[in-house]
Amino acid sequence: MSDRTLTIDDLKRILRECAGADEQVDLDGDILDTEFIDLGYDSLAMLETSSRIEREYGIKLDDDTVVSATTPRAFLALVNGS
Amino acid sequence: MTTQVVVTGLGVIAPNGLGLGQWWAATLRGVNGIAPVSRFDASGYPARLVGEVKDFDPAEHLPSRLLPQTDHMTRLALVAADWALADAKVDTSTLPEYGMGVVTASSAGGFEFGQRELQNLWSRGGKYVSAYQSFAWFYAVNTGQISIRNGMRGPSGVVVSDQAGGLDAVAQARRLIRKGTPLMVTGGVDGSTCPWGWVAQLASGRLSTAVEADRAFLPFDARAAGHVPGEGGAILVLEDAEAARRRGASTVYCEIAGYAATFDPRPDRRRPPGLRRAITLALEDAGMSPEDIDVVFADAAAVPELDRIEAEAITAVFGSHAVPVTAPKTMTGRLYAGGGSLDLVAALMTIRDGVIPPTVNVTPAADYGLDLVVGKPRDLPVQAALVLARGYGGYNAAIVVRSIG
Repeated sequence: MSDRTLTIDDLKRILRECAGADEQVDLDGDILDTEFIDLGYDSLAMLETSSRIEREYGIKLDDDTVVSATTPRAFLALVNGS
Repeated sequence: MTTQVVVTGLGVIAPNGLGLGQWWAATLRGVNGIAPVSRFDASGYPARLVGEVKDFDPAEHLPSRLLPQTDHMTRLALVAADWALADAKVDTSTLPEYGMGVVTASSAGGFEFGQRELQNLWSRGGKYVSAYQSFAWFYAVNTGQISIRNGMRGPSGVVVSDQAGGLDAVAQARRLIRKGTPLMVTGGVDGSTCPWGWVAQLASGRLSTAVEADRAFLPFDARAAGHVPGEGGAILVLEDAEAARRRGASTVYCEIAGYAATFDPRPDRRRPPGLRRAITLALEDAGMSPEDIDVVFADAAAVPELDRIEAEAITAVFGSHAVPVTAPKTMTGRLYAGGGSLDLVAALMTIRDGVIPPTVNVTPAADYGLDLVVGKPRDLPVQAALVLARGYGGYNAAIVVRSIG
């Protein structure tokens, strides 16, 4: 387990850097339980994002598991539990 | 009766102008877009000049979602497509999504993106390679991105035949319209101004090593010694003429009246090169004779042997000094898949405005027998134009465009 916790703000920053932000979506709102697909992020965007998190946090995430975490809350739980 | 296919929208991104109006005005003024390479340090390479698209800030034109996943040339293509659709006043949300398709041409895909990710792979390891490398380098990427951005789910594809592709794609779009898709987005936008792309282009042996921008790309000139590469190109909206009328299309530039593609024989064969046959077949496809053509947009390789082949093909069909010939690409460099498409747009604008853009910097060699429009534009009513493009490896393409009524 990494000694750093990934917060929702970290995740938003990394999403923006890796995949940009959909103009129709307010990422700064309460998005914890919004599906990534509704936030404008497809599976490729999530793979790009998780690969950045792996590098920054020194952890290993399984591609299939990453894609199965479909909301920020589920994704944070996955990362912080690994 | 064969479906009439017309051009209803144009989008241009070129080294000497962003957008149709700016580029066309610059082209008529003879503005040269060729300059030293600025996208990377080319000082150690034998070729150092390029036609780069200048003053283009992708974030000004495209959503942030698209930036991490696109190569430079894909960004240019997406914006050119936006401009072409705006020019055609097409509201894609009101048209059936399966009734709109995309066929573009590409010579190399997203080379700069690919180079960066390969560098990441070699120097830092696989986990530093962008997931978007999976498609961002690919030949068909412009077609895919244009189709996704504009909700076009009809028949789509990519043509890879170097410079000829810029015409071949338009012909394929015409075919698909005749098979029942009312609207196609087509053309080519290209560019690989990065060290990896540069080395690949140098391998052709056809790049000019001149250092002065006004002496570097001189087709049909006794001093011809290769071409300057460039980036950019043009995207066109093609429609079934009937469908365009029903939609109330405000502008119909021209009809794509004829097309042909041929392939050169192997160098060890004694058969003649294929360009002349492409011209003849394109005229035949248009149901026109050489006298009907008012201007020829040349491929203009600036390699003496290739210039000779092209001059011989043109004079064999039209006669010596019998038709004005021009090569506005002397202002942009050869744009590869973007080149044929940009020349096609130049032909449409020539018909619209009755003025032929000039070939710049060139002193025509007399023995080619061409009436080359040099130095300044030539006013001339033009009803029909022939556009030629050749691709490395033996591709020849010819398109005839004709004004509408």
